[in-house]
Amino acid sequence: MNGPLSVATIVAALVLAAWFLLRAALNRAPGRAELIATAVLGVLVAVLVIVAVIGLFDGSRPQETATFAGYLITTIAFAPVALYLAKMEPTRWGNLILGVACLVLPVLVLRLQQIASVTVA
Amino acid sequence: MPDSPPTTRPADAALNTGLGRVLLFVYGVFALSASARALVQIATHFSEAPLAYLLSALAGLVYIAATVGLAIGGTRGRRIALTSCSIELVGVLMVGTLSIADAIAFPDDTVWSRYGSGYGYVPLVLPFIGLWWIWRHRPTRPTPDAE
Repeated sequence: MNGPLSVATIVAALVLAAWFLLRAALNRAPGRAELIATAVLGVLVAVLVIVAVIGLFDGSRPQETATFAGYLITTIAFAPVALYLAKMEPTRWGNLILGVACLVLPVLVLRLQQIASVTVA
Repeated sequence: MPDSPPTTRPADAALNTGLGRVLLFVYGVFALSASARALVQIATHFSEAPLAYLLSALAGLVYIAATVGLAIGGTRGRRIALTSCSIELVGVLMVGTLSIADAIAFPDDTVWSRYGSGYGYVPLVLPFIGLWWIWRHRPTRPTPDAE
């Protein structure tokens, strides 16, 4: 859970968040590039979640397995939901939705790392 | 404004568009996190702090109601959102104060503990933005000037 994949996801999300918030501040609607970027981030997050799920089956599990699973489901669903809402909102607010999502995603990844670090054999 | 072109949308077209859709997203996130957290707390260690966990569950329900209200919009959605945002404001102020004053009854963090400091104080700011947005869409508003 602490691998380079997590770091890459967090950095990518933060860079995208800055971009989306800037675009929202400039009163721009999300264009094709923004939507594709969010979709790519969603794929990155999906890979991260799949790796974490595989990790659940190799011996040690997080102490709070149910919470961990809940966070995994939330995390994987996050980018697609934001993308869906942003597509319905072709105004600056669409970019704000994407920006908020990209700010919350790193928090979710950090929480996953936190929960994963407390394990039972 | 029946003749306004469909490509430009007035900034305050409806409760559930524009900023309303951002609020819908944020409220949805809080609806999920607050109720999931309350479920885990109640299911695993309810007896430790029943009052805090019941308030935690209430917070989850309030966020769910606000999300639904913002999602359906219209007069009914507005009324649901107005009610839940008001309860939310009272709740975050009350639980925030109680969690500081009586740390024994609130040993475990909830969404509203310490005015939502565990969530970047977003739970404290959110009801103000929500109520302001709902207030801007009050139905008794005179017809706005066409742009």
